[in-house]
Amino acid sequence: MDLQSAKMIGAGLAVIGLGGVGAGIGSIFASLISSIARNPSARPQVFPMSMLGFALVEAVALYALLIAFLILFT
Amino acid sequence: MAAAPPEDSPLHQFVIQPLVPIHIGNVDLSFTNSSLFMVVAATLVTLFLTLGMRGENLVPGRFQSMAEMSYEFVAGMVRDNVGSAGRKYFPFVFTLFMFVLFGNLLGLLPYSFTFTSHIAVTAALALVVIVGVTVVGIAKHGLHFLSFFVPKGVPAALLPLMIPIEVISYLSRPVSLSIRLFANMMAGHTMLKVFAGFVVLLGFLGGWAPLAMDVALTAFELLVAFLQAYVFTVLTCIYLNDAIHLH
Repeated sequence: MDLQSAKMIGAGLAVIGLGGVGAGIGSIFASLISSIARNPSARPQVFPMSMLGFALVEAVALYALLIAFLILFT
Repeated sequence: MAAAPPEDSPLHQFVIQPLVPIHIGNVDLSFTNSSLFMVVAATLVTLFLTLGMRGENLVPGRFQSMAEMSYEFVAGMVRDNVGSAGRKYFPFVFTLFMFVLFGNLLGLLPYSFTFTSHIAVTAALALVVIVGVTVVGIAKHGLHFLSFFVPKGVPAALLPLMIPIEVISYLSRPVSLSIRLFANMMAGHTMLKVFAGFVVLLGFLGGWAPLAMDVALTAFELLVAFLQAYVFTVLTCIYLNDAIHLH
């Protein structure tokens, strides 16, 4: 296998991590919706926390993307 | 060091061009497009806050209420996360938030440059935060600050294992803080440019689909720009709280 195709496959493998991030973001918003549905008055306290969690999980996706970029472009 | 990406690459937007070349010895201190946008962001923040608060009306107008809302937002964040001991550090946290926020938002304008998409910039900001927080902790607690690395309720036999883990996790804070911001901005802007490239490739007939996607992504990037500035400052507050209150 030549270097270029190995790079392509490696970059593809690196973004497998996005599967976990998808599950994580889904779980954050699922629990946000169920907690607001159970207690709508808790929304102002719960919403910023969920946004923080969303941003932290999304950052993991970007780490994977970053590795993919590093493999492809360096 | 990799060669500069070609003109049509989605990464071409991140190229740093020197505008006023300044070389002192072997050090390149040129005034670049990155520094230009930092100056623009700082100027816009100053204008926004001074012009907004010029009237000082009891019932604020639109402009003044925006300035007051941004102040209140960060003040509430510091109050919730650090408590009353954090009031001293509010000016620093507020400056950090406004600088990162305006940097992210300026980058969304077409043909502008996002200085927060460079790890050199975000790593410098994160280092200032982490060194500052450590200095605050040591100044407040002296050598007692080192008890921060000893978790409570852990059996003594496990301490040789736990202390290195705590130290490593403390040292990885600036890394994750800087990479989170820079990777978010870089990935988002690359994605916008990749979809913009599809518009050209698909031409007049099919180009509207990626164009609509680009519009939606721009709205999403607006959310990310705000959210990442928020996350950066909230984590700063949390680290500050750790240093002041030690667990």
